[in-house]
Amino acid sequence: MVQPAKLALEDGTVYIGTSIGADGEVDGEVCFNTSMTGYQEILTDPSYRGQIVTMTYPQIGNYGVNEADSESGHPHLAGFVVREHSRIESNFRSESSLAEYLKKWGVVAIESIDTRALVRRIRSQGAMRGVLSTTDLNDASLVAKAQASPGLVGRDLVREVMPSQPTDWSESVSDWTHLNAKSAGSSSTPNDLPHVVALDYGMKWNIPRHLVDQGCRVTVLPGTSTAAEVLALNPDGVFLSNGPGDPEPLDYAIGTIQDLLGKQPIFGICLGHQLLSLACGAKTFKMKFGHRGANQPVHHLGNGSVEITSQNHGFAVDEASLPSDLEVTHRSLNDGTIEGVRHLGVAAFSVQYHPEASAGPHDSHYLFQQFFDSMGVTAG
Amino acid sequence: MNCIAAKAFNHDRAVPRRDDIHRILIIGSGPIVIGQACEFDYSGTQACKALREEGYEVILVNSNPATIMTDPSTADRTYIEPLTWEMVAKVIEAERPDALLPTLGGQTALNLAIALEKHGVLEKHGVEMIGANADVIDKAESRERFKQAMAKIGLEVCRGKTIQNIDDAREWVKDIGLPAVVRPSFTMGGSGSAIAYNRQEYDELVRRGLDQSPTNEVLIEQSIIGWKEFEMEVMRDVDDNVVIICAIENFDPMGVHTGDSITVAPAQTLSDKEYQRMRDASLAVIREIGVETGGSNIQFAIHPQTGQMIVIEMNPRVSRSSALASKATGFPIAKIAAKLAVGYLLHELPNDITRKTTACFEPTIDYVVTKIPRFAFEKFPEADDTLTTQMKSVGETMAIGSTFKESFQKALRGLEVGSFGFGCDGTDLWGTDRQPTEEEIKEKLSRPGPQRVWYLRYALKSGMTPARIYELTNIDPWFLDNLAEIVETEERIRSVGGWDDLSPDLLRTAKRQGFSDRQLAIMLSSTQIEVRQRRIDLGIVATFKSVDTCAAEFEAYTPYYYSTYETEDEIPSKQIRAESRESRARILDPLPGSPLSKPESRPLTVMILGGGPNRIGQGIEFDYCCCHASFAMRELGIESVMVNSNPETVSTDYDTSDLLFFEPLTVEDVLNICDRVEPDGVIVQFGGQTPLNLARALKSAGVPIIGTSVEAIEAAEDREKFQQLLERLDLKQPANGIARTMDQARRVATKIGYPLLVRPSFVLGGRAMEICYDQQQLEKFTAEAFVVAQGQPVLLDRFLEGATEVDVDAICDGRDVIVPGIMEHIEEAGIHSGDSACAIPPYSLPGPVVKEIREATAALARELKVVGLMNVQFAVRWEESDELLGASIEARESEINSNLESRISRPVLYVIEVNPRASRTVPFVAKATGMPVAKIAAKVMAGVSLAEQGITEDPVPSHVSVKESVLPFIKFAGVDIVLGPEMRSTGEVMGISPRFSMAFAKSQLAAGTVLPIEGNVFVSVADRGKPQAIDLARRLHEMGYSLLATEGTARVLSDAGIPSQPVKKIREGHPNLLDYLANDDVALVMNTPRGKGARTDEGKIRAAAVQAGVPCLTTIEAATAAIAALEALREEEMQVEALQDRFETVSR
Repeated sequence: MVQPAKLALEDGTVYIGTSIGADGEVDGEVCFNTSMTGYQEILTDPSYRGQIVTMTYPQIGNYGVNEADSESGHPHLAGFVVREHSRIESNFRSESSLAEYLKKWGVVAIESIDTRALVRRIRSQGAMRGVLSTTDLNDASLVAKAQASPGLVGRDLVREVMPSQPTDWSESVSDWTHLNAKSAGSSSTPNDLPHVVALDYGMKWNIPRHLVDQGCRVTVLPGTSTAAEVLALNPDGVFLSNGPGDPEPLDYAIGTIQDLLGKQPIFGICLGHQLLSLACGAKTFKMKFGHRGANQPVHHLGNGSVEITSQNHGFAVDEASLPSDLEVTHRSLNDGTIEGVRHLGVAAFSVQYHPEASAGPHDSHYLFQQFFDSMGVTAG
Repeated sequence: MNCIAAKAFNHDRAVPRRDDIHRILIIGSGPIVIGQACEFDYSGTQACKALREEGYEVILVNSNPATIMTDPSTADRTYIEPLTWEMVAKVIEAERPDALLPTLGGQTALNLAIALEKHGVLEKHGVEMIGANADVIDKAESRERFKQAMAKIGLEVCRGKTIQNIDDAREWVKDIGLPAVVRPSFTMGGSGSAIAYNRQEYDELVRRGLDQSPTNEVLIEQSIIGWKEFEMEVMRDVDDNVVIICAIENFDPMGVHTGDSITVAPAQTLSDKEYQRMRDASLAVIREIGVETGGSNIQFAIHPQTGQMIVIEMNPRVSRSSALASKATGFPIAKIAAKLAVGYLLHELPNDITRKTTACFEPTIDYVVTKIPRFAFEKFPEADDTLTTQMKSVGETMAIGSTFKESFQKALRGLEVGSFGFGCDGTDLWGTDRQPTEEEIKEKLSRPGPQRVWYLRYALKSGMTPARIYELTNIDPWFLDNLAEIVETEERIRSVGGWDDLSPDLLRTAKRQGFSDRQLAIMLSSTQIEVRQRRIDLGIVATFKSVDTCAAEFEAYTPYYYSTYETEDEIPSKQIRAESRESRARILDPLPGSPLSKPESRPLTVMILGGGPNRIGQGIEFDYCCCHASFAMRELGIESVMVNSNPETVSTDYDTSDLLFFEPLTVEDVLNICDRVEPDGVIVQFGGQTPLNLARALKSAGVPIIGTSVEAIEAAEDREKFQQLLERLDLKQPANGIARTMDQARRVATKIGYPLLVRPSFVLGGRAMEICYDQQQLEKFTAEAFVVAQGQPVLLDRFLEGATEVDVDAICDGRDVIVPGIMEHIEEAGIHSGDSACAIPPYSLPGPVVKEIREATAALARELKVVGLMNVQFAVRWEESDELLGASIEARESEINSNLESRISRPVLYVIEVNPRASRTVPFVAKATGMPVAKIAAKVMAGVSLAEQGITEDPVPSHVSVKESVLPFIKFAGVDIVLGPEMRSTGEVMGISPRFSMAFAKSQLAAGTVLPIEGNVFVSVADRGKPQAIDLARRLHEMGYSLLATEGTARVLSDAGIPSQPVKKIREGHPNLLDYLANDDVALVMNTPRGKGARTDEGKIRAAAVQAGVPCLTTIEAATAAIAALEALREEEMQVEALQDRFETVSR
């Protein structure tokens, strides 16, 4: 049965397509991701909370979905837009079709619209609020709802996606991560390993997996935890995770980081990078349409090399506001925006992009090693 | 931020490119052959431009005159010389380059570079290999070293072993089992590679492979047939930054050479986890092999049920796949590779398409690209058309669509094999009395062949499940399901009664799945034009989207488009395009009298229709012409719009034209573009037969065709009109007639007599053209011609035996005529002009005959009102006396045939054929004379007369240029190589020298025929050529060659006082010539045919000679020229000379 669906933007544009997910209506910021693979990782990335994600690659669902490739317990995004959803899935790892998965998790999704036209509109007009619906097909009503959608700025979306309880994380990366299997782990007990406390603002699971792979013992705390709660666990290092939305309203997180600075080495990714910068006195700004994809070139200023990175952010650290004790370490080759900073006084560094990849290239795995080294403890 | 700011990050690099080298040698890939086509003209041309842009002097060597790269303006110093290391060494000696860039001319250039290194030439002259050095090339190409390298980085390779003799091979197969893959080392395009399924095949393949490999080695591997196959295009800079440009997934799984596979970009069935592992592996491979800079191609096999990954091979150079990847993504791999080779880093180079970003990124695409190979087995009926690991296709087409379904159907119609999508277009067998049975379907599915794609549809139509099809083909279920969806849509359309019941939604769905108007018209019993009109009325029109490397993340500045049925169109209006062009037009200095000074007659936009996929008879020569048409328009300040579907070409480079449309060349697709672009003129003369076949329909639809009118083109093809025209001009043609039925053919034959030539009309490349000597042959060949002619009549001509053929290229502006090229063929009439060697200027025709040819050409051009190019084929025959002229043609013929050798006296000129269009020889003429023939003609078509262009006289070449054809027989083992009226060559080379004999010698060397300086020559000639053969044998004997001959010939030679050693005929037992060939005891074979075909003794000898790499002369004329060449080689050494110097001589 063909179920019609519509996507309306705040500027009045309405796209007519077909539903491939759950029935219902969602609103959010409409953005696009240029990865040609990795739709499942994108769907389950908590950072997309509040967003309707458009895939620029037109054929989605070809290889199905599977449990192992999830980046969190379930999809967090508001809605999903594709040009064509595959009727079948063809991959030996597949456990279910994408459509079944979307329905199972109540994700409203649309196919068959001119996704490139939508992307060009977002590129020229900037990210826009929108509504995706299978229940209301009245254009005027949908546009009005899009205009009433709250958007991302000033909202705390972290509380909607972070865990409520501390957990110990023990899972390591999948066999697909390293070309050659690593030599068997050392014989040391977990208690000998450096202990990392990860503040979870909506963390992608591949991050703690990489920390474990690197030889860390990992405890995950909710993003609202205080410095005292973190330090009570006697960490050797603190990790600040990625997460959704605007970093500026997250006073509690900024405060915690300020209290932790200088106590133990800190490493932040994405939202964690923005929060570290804010904690050091920098400001962030909302980008026109952000960076979302797996082909984003980043210049490593330290050695001049270029990393092809996975990115997903709509806010960035404002270079003009950078305090003197933060040094830019990485920069986007596409638009020159800050992609990484390092604190000159204390052990703290962060990157705007996703070294844990998933989806995306593995060029930046070295950052986990760098964090490990900064903790100054040797395993075993 | 822009790339200038990006550079600023690089504190230490004030001058990013190398300034210790100044002169760079680039080696081209030589003639078009199976496995190496015009993609290397594309990559080489890009590299020349890129390096000159940086201020380097570029020296180019290539033997192929049909290339843009050998235009004297592409490089600083251009050598059209044979591609042997000795000849390239002479160029190095003359030019003293600082560096050699060997990675842009295919396997040919890599092999030459290695040979130059091995012979110490590079060291002696201090030439540095840049891009990849000899050790890197060896590491990637030597199977053993590659295997070791992969083991070192923990990657699996196919289990295999390099083997030097048959005994070891028999041992090894016990280990790995059958089927096994046998690959000769160091051959191009996987030449000689094949799969052995049984012991007998295995032994045979191993023996042949050992012979073919220049190092006498074969690699024998376990079979991974049926695994999924992928290719990764990788680039690396000197700072070890590595990016993936494109991932390509093969529709046809392992077992079919990637060049023969349908391939799709990007990869469709890999999850991110699998894709990233393949990316990691690609990075590891390029680093371990050590390609310092530039592009490489790495092939992988993936087990469909376990994901096990095997590295198949790596090419440390740009390749056919990198050309495809460049066209598929918009990322100019060759250009960037050239810049990286001189020391730039990826992020120091701008992305031309976005301008704002750099070349250091991984293109992401928001469409699907499908490439489909084109085969030519119809030209080689004796060849095995099973697709294996040895490449057999001669060309390819690529299409872009929003979905795989759309791009797949577009590619099928772009293939130009009479189909307009995935069947249901009036050409398929389904629903006819030839509908295949289930058994036939199963057979065609399980044995990959050129027709398999159509049988996939038949299988679906017959109700075979995708699961069963997968079992038979191992084609990924994802692809099969997409095909099933197309068939389901077809059936939905067929199930509605007709137009009135067809919902706009279903029509739109069909168009979005790539259905053509033609398919819809056939399913709905309508016409293509009606379908077009109705869908336009419903607002279902093609929209055009950009190929921009970045999925619209950044604005694109290069106007490179494809059509798809979406909502938004990205082409700027004509007005906006004109305004943005104004500034450029002013910068150019318009030629005096150009249309720029006559605004009222000035076309704003001219569209050039390209030639589509390469095939035998239509290839790079036409692409060369199309590129020149585009250059001409740009010089005139006219917007040039290119339409083509061949990813290998220069014409589909994004900076060749102002607008590029990567689209199939069909009436529907061209009209869709015209709707948006609104051209003031369309050029159909330059792309070969493809655009000419569209001309009538385009004109009827109101498209302004410029140059020679469609009516004049048709008049030249129309027998009666043409006959009247010749009569008006008092020109002769061989007796002829037209037949639409076999009965008519018999009547015509009776009237004009034998021998006669049969051919279908409106077909290029002499398809199904044959000479008949009796009624039995007539009936056989005419029946075949009717099939090929597809409803058009078959033409019958009296065949002029013993005549000399002459090809003429001329330009006419409607008033004045220039005749830049009069080419005398070396082979006699009856051999297709595309296969015959020819010379400029004529080497044996008397001056008055040449003058007569010129005058006849001019008269024909004026009479046909040609505006642009025209090609005429003449035959000159020495005939009896004046009194016969009054007699009927038949009487004259019979008289002459009976007295052929005794009473010749006077040359008579016949017009064989006139084609008012660009011909295959246009680039050769341009290179031989220095006159840019195609460009001048294009300007004429745009309204600038010859006089206004300052062209008033025919060029007078200072040298003799010989064009020789290159034939693909080595790829089709066992096929007889005798030439005939059907063209079978894939490419051409050129030899240049002040002397004809030396120019011929160079052309032979360039074509890969190494004329032996000593050794045994086997002589066996048909009776007709005996007198000339005796003279040739004497000359060979006098030069010190030993002669081998069969008994009869030996006796004739002995009677003439020439010693020879008798050899048994094959049926007489051993030792016969095949034994001599097997033992390398024959250096040259001179064998003119009595009979033709692979089953005759002679056919076997000729086929064996080709497989043994022994030159084989099959006509007396070629033998005469070759023996003169041997004599010349004894007198002097071959010299090299740059085109730039030669043309300076011309202008002086």
